[in-house]
Amino acid sequence: MLRDITLGQYFPGTSFVHRLDPRTKIIITAAFIATLFIGSNPVCLEAGAVFCAAAVIVSRIPVKMILKSLKPIIMILAVTSLLNLFLINSGIPIFEWKFIKITYTGLRTSIFMVVRIALLVAGTSLLTYTTSPILLTDAIERLMSPLAKIKFPVHDLAMMMTIALRFVPTLIEETDKIMSAQKARGVDMDGGRIADKVKAVIPIIIPLFISAVRRAGELATAMECRCYRGGEGRTKMRQLKFGVSDVLAILFSLYFMAAVILVNIFL
Amino acid sequence: MAILKAEGLTYVYGSGTPFEKTAVDHVDIEIERGEFVGVIGHTGSGKSTLIQHFNGLLQPSSGKVFLDGKDIWEDKKNIRYIRFRVGLVFQYPEYQLFEDTVYKDIAFGPRNMGLPEDEIDRRVRQTAEAVGLSEDILERSPFELSGGQKRRAAIAGVMAMQPEVLILDEPTAGLDPKGRDKILSKIKEYHRNTGCTILLVSHSMEDVARYASKILVMNESKLFCYDEPSAVFGRYDEIIGMGLSVPQITRVFNKLKNRGIDLHEEVYTVKYAAELIANELRKRGKI
Repeated sequence: MLRDITLGQYFPGTSFVHRLDPRTKIIITAAFIATLFIGSNPVCLEAGAVFCAAAVIVSRIPVKMILKSLKPIIMILAVTSLLNLFLINSGIPIFEWKFIKITYTGLRTSIFMVVRIALLVAGTSLLTYTTSPILLTDAIERLMSPLAKIKFPVHDLAMMMTIALRFVPTLIEETDKIMSAQKARGVDMDGGRIADKVKAVIPIIIPLFISAVRRAGELATAMECRCYRGGEGRTKMRQLKFGVSDVLAILFSLYFMAAVILVNIFL
Repeated sequence: MAILKAEGLTYVYGSGTPFEKTAVDHVDIEIERGEFVGVIGHTGSGKSTLIQHFNGLLQPSSGKVFLDGKDIWEDKKNIRYIRFRVGLVFQYPEYQLFEDTVYKDIAFGPRNMGLPEDEIDRRVRQTAEAVGLSEDILERSPFELSGGQKRRAAIAGVMAMQPEVLILDEPTAGLDPKGRDKILSKIKEYHRNTGCTILLVSHSMEDVARYASKILVMNESKLFCYDEPSAVFGRYDEIIGMGLSVPQITRVFNKLKNRGIDLHEEVYTVKYAAELIANELRKRGKI
């Protein structure tokens, strides 16, 4: 169950997409998301899907992994599509029975929304699959660095994100371990009524909280021991560098998406 | 009949991802009732994964596990009841304590078994005594206790279910020598009093040599051997070769052998070694 969480899950590799500068990938992903939301024409989504599929193929991430990233949002997709399907009443009706009325517009919007959300999640998953969390936060720090001029704590924020991402797998592992330990003491995780399920969570949540607080304390001590004092004057072990391929990738993607948006406006 | 039996037990982690790893590879083993088994192996040799199969926390990728001759996965819905019969104490079990009193925490397992209140009370007091926790500690919060006491409280939490097989994964890790000896002697005492089967995972060859009647050695996901301590430590070179150690006294005797003093025995306890040396000296007329 916990292994299904793909957030921040890095899938190591050496493909073209993996080797791009993380800033490039963030910019392209942002542009991709913007295109998905600006685009109100099916053509835009088709183009987005093609772009996303091309990126997946180039990155050599198994399609299975991309589908896995969609698994947690199946419920959201289902609810969105049903709401759109039944609540939109304008347009040409294609099915009518008592108070239920499905129109062509409703059907179209419903499919449109599902594809849009699925592409959104697949695209962003591709970003985290191909970029290690550390590189990702490095890149975010660099991209946000102009904000430091207006006293925005960019470094602190990036450090918090790094730590949070770093501890996601640790906490998952810890939860797994505590769950196993409590299962060994006879906790019934699967069956029972809602009340029983809630009760079964207590023996897991409490040790998890205690351990998270303990870890935070230990980490703070360890950081102090290494004289951590914030971002001031701090240099990076790994310098991010834009290469030719980054420039090409950004130019290509931005042209592509600009074209899609233009098509959307004029079509 | 063997109480625990594994047949072709194989477990693969993360199959289908680049992190795929066979943690347990075709293990066949039969463990007799009442045995005190020392489980040793290098970090990552698969011993922790192996023991989690014995109480059904992990389901084998292939192969079978039998408890008392019955396949434990035959009835998936009742796998929970297997866990009452095979108790598993994880590494650093004090991190699973969560109740506001030690009493309630020890009672957690028996309560999940659905035992009547008076039986739960009897078991909590009995096990607390068995692990050397006094009555007044029972009403304290587990988080106020010392490291060794927490550990013993957590072990009591599993013992209180009175499992037929008790598995402990490095119960003495991170404790001082005094705390370590206390826990091990309590476990041995429990073994003697109840006649249950015990599997003790340990990195300390001294501890294993002192307490175990059988030793199970895991190496690179495979079962290297399962035998009497003397037979296992007799394979001195192989054991050293896989990065494990043997008890200090066995090493001493091995060095003696290399210097031409062969006492013809596989020695792993100091007491026995002393007898052998005394005999030899007597034979040579030195004492």
